[in-house]
Amino acid sequence: MEPIITAKVQESIDSFANQEVYIHLETTNGAYASHFDEKFFSAGAYIRNAKISYEHGKIVGEGPYRVGLKLAIGWVYAEGLTHFGFDEKGRLLLAGHGFDGKLAVALQIGKEPFKY
Amino acid sequence: MLTEIEKEEQVLVIFPHPDDEAFGVSGTIATHRKRGTPVTYACLTLGEMGRNLGNPPFATRESLPEIRKAELKNAAEALDIQDLRMMGLRDKTLEFEDDCKMADLVSNLLAELKPSLVISFYPGFAVHPDHEATARAVVRAVRRLPEGERPKLHLVAFANNTDTDLGAPDLVYDISDVFEQKMAALRAHISQTAWMLKEMEKLLHQKDETTVQRIMFERFWNYRWDDDKVSEL
Repeated sequence: MEPIITAKVQESIDSFANQEVYIHLETTNGAYASHFDEKFFSAGAYIRNAKISYEHGKIVGEGPYRVGLKLAIGWVYAEGLTHFGFDEKGRLLLAGHGFDGKLAVALQIGKEPFKY
Repeated sequence: MLTEIEKEEQVLVIFPHPDDEAFGVSGTIATHRKRGTPVTYACLTLGEMGRNLGNPPFATRESLPEIRKAELKNAAEALDIQDLRMMGLRDKTLEFEDDCKMADLVSNLLAELKPSLVISFYPGFAVHPDHEATARAVVRAVRRLPEGERPKLHLVAFANNTDTDLGAPDLVYDISDVFEQKMAALRAHISQTAWMLKEMEKLLHQKDETTVQRIMFERFWNYRWDDDKVSEL
């Protein structure tokens, strides 16, 4: 993973448009957040291998970045993205790593389903 | 109040995440292994959802499972665990699995291994949803056995309300004999423990009492069968 280069990410987002793709979307404070700080309201959401097709997608912001994908009848978006990379199958991996080095958000797009 | 670790026939350790064994019970495991007692460690997931990926990141959501699998094997080696089983479930999903299947998974292990001691988490005092789901499955599986045939159940509790609601641990083991092995197990899970270890080693060096207590002593609670709060399925 390396710090996001928006042009490269945008190019990849474009290449996955208008076809069936699998996405992984996750956001989390960690399962221990409320244990270490009982006043902390912990929340998260996770979807893995959802099959979608988007008309277009966009990366915006000055960093951390936001990515939105426009579906025929809906949307997918993520915010707080800092890093990008590609896996061995050419899937786009976007992640938001906090100042503490912990993953806070992930959005991944691929033509093949993710493992596990 | 210190307790001696009893000699066992067969120990079965069940936790959901690689590294769960290292923090709370690795000294106990190492002690059993030193005596030649067979120890099976069933680790239900690969901690696929671990959040320590670094910044700059050293791993991705997709590469983490393989990293943690290798770390788990190294930790098992550090503790001389001969029978490590990776059960193939997915991190953070255990409470959503079919509860019957979860209990069956444990029942099958009990039937095969006939452990004299099972080590896991204490339901209701285990903080992480995967810990709680594991703890419930263990209690349900053991509860299926006739009372006389049940293995001992030594459980780890660390919720903030443990002292007030569960009381003091029933068993406190001094594991300083196998301290180095415990540290080796913690180091094996370096992707998840790097920062914590740095801080911990500093505090140990300063002989910080809380840290020494936390590392050198391992605490277990017997399951309170007379106050069994795990629901029937």
